[in-house]
This record gives sequence, structure tokens and C-alpha cells, in this order.
Amino acid sequence: MKHGLEIIVAVVLIAFAAIFLIQNAAIQANLAEGDEPWGGADGAAANYIEEMGYEPWANPLWEPPSGEIESLLFALQAAIGAFVIGYVFGTWRGSKRTSS
Amino acid sequence: MHIMEGFLPSPWWQIWFIISAPFVIMGFYALRKLVRENREALPLLAVAGAFVFVLSSLKLPSVTGSCSHPTGTGLGAVLFGPFIASVLALIVLVYQALFLAHGGISTLGANLFSMGVAGPVVAYAIFIAGKKFGINEYVTIFFAAALANIVTYVVTSLQLALAFPAEAGGFMASFIAFGAIFAITQIPLAIIEGLVIALVFKYIIQLKPEILIRIGVITADRAAKLREGWA
Repeated sequence: MKHGLEIIVAVVLIAFAAIFLIQNAAIQANLAEGDEPWGGADGAAANYIEEMGYEPWANPLWEPPSGEIESLLFALQAAIGAFVIGYVFGTWRGSKRTSS
Repeated sequence: MHIMEGFLPSPWWQIWFIISAPFVIMGFYALRKLVRENREALPLLAVAGAFVFVLSSLKLPSVTGSCSHPTGTGLGAVLFGPFIASVLALIVLVYQALFLAHGGISTLGANLFSMGVAGPVVAYAIFIAGKKFGINEYVTIFFAAALANIVTYVVTSLQLALAFPAEAGGFMASFIAFGAIFAITQIPLAIIEGLVIALVFKYIIQLKPEILIRIGVITADRAAKLREGWA
């Protein structure tokens, strides 16, 4: 099978999305007023520590002022990475074509 | 896996800086050697670094109802060894600490140890072991990348449990509590990360097997076989 691995990846991704949708429906149905589902695990750990009575002794030097700006910077991070991957793979593919 | 800024008390944050530092120093030496001796491997290094960038920016929802990210360090560790992977992880952690308030400067040592040292070391060990026993490279890369991801989060749980032992039950109770927050969320994400990195490895084999042979990731013989199909 030439594309066996691609098929496995596609099947797993679809299964992952399906599990998310089912889980999300269950969570939304039992959601208390004001609760926000699907928060970050990093934040959950921080909350757990703060519940133990710990006060962080330092704060981030700079915080994204809003969720939009945070997602902008995350998208920028992904875009930089995707650009590099695409550029290198494209170069390799192009050089292979011209040399063969 | 990001321990947030200020969330590790003294002396833990200093301890993790001291433990991580040698890996980064070794990484810079390894990088210098690579740049001098294997210039044609640099695009591959860029791909490995870019992978950490892309994967660690994706926050994926997982079965526990919370979101977490893949780490992407497995690819760099398998291709270039754990020390260079530490440097790649350092770049991403600094970006996220400075611009995204994800992680922090005081916790950089601890976060670097989990994501840039423990994960890559495990990935590299699995890949070497797989090579020794003649297991298919796609299988070993899947496990190397998936376990690098899980180990990263287990180590984060360990670091937090050491710094914050529970009043009742001590270190173990705390480790289980943090493990429940991090490690279980991580299992589905680790599977996806392992598969995606195996897929990228396939494309590298198809496009530039000679680099992999040159830096000693696989033998010419195996590369020829993998290009034909699964085996």
C-alpha cells in the first residue's frame, strides 16, 4: 500500500474529531452557568496549586492583552514553522525533479 | 507542560536550571559540529525546529475536557540526538514565555528539562533500541515521538509534585493529582503526534534519504527498502 500511513493518520484524526464532538456534547449538556469547558491543562494545574494556598512569586513580563492577540501570536508561531517546512520540502522536491 | 511564571518556589526553579544547563551547552557544541561538518543537513535541522514550532502552537482538545499541546521534539531527537533537540525546545519555550505568557523565565529551566531533555532523551533511546533490534523505523519513530510527548508531561507532574507535596499523602498523592491533570489528557495527543511525525519521516525518506544516511539516522540499505514500501 503506497498510502497506508496517510490512511492511518486520516482515520485516527477523524476518530479524534468524532470523540471530541461526542465529548463536547456531553460536557455542554451538564455545564453549570459560567463554567468554561476545554480550558488549558497548564491553567488547570496552576489553579490546583493556587487552591493549595500558594502565591506565585513572579508574573509574566508581558501578557497578551486579549484572547485575540494571544491567538494571533500562536498562529504566527505555527505560520513560521509551516513556512519553513513547506519551503524546505518544496526545495527538495524541486531539486529532485530537475536532477532526475 | 508549561509551568507558569512564578509557580515554582525556590530552590526548585534554580535546581532545574542547573540540571538543564549542561544539555543546552552540549546542544550548542553539537550544533556547531553539525554546521561545520554537515552543511547539507541544515535544511533538515530547520524542518525539525519548525516542527517543534508548529506542533507546540496547536492546543488540542482531549478526552478529559481540557486542552493541551503536542511537543514535536521527537523528530529532532531522532534525527539529531537529544542535545540538539534541547536547543530547539529552548527556542520555542523562550518565544512562548516572552510573547504568550505560556511558561515563564523563572520556570524555563524546569520546562526545558521536561520538554527539551526528558522527552528527547527517551525518544532517542527508543530509536536507538529499535535500530539495534531491527524493528521497522516507522514503528520506532511513532513510539519515540509519542513517548517523548507523554514523558514530557509525566516529568512536569513530577516537578510540580516535588515542589508541592500534598499535606495528606505527600509527594505520591500530589504526583497522582498532577498526573491526572496532565498525563491522561496527553495520551490521545501523543498518538496523533507519533503518527504525524512518522508521516513526516516518510516524506523525508522519499525526498532526501541521502541526508538521513549521511548523519547516520538510517543505513543506505534500509533507506532503499523504506522507499519501496513499509518494510
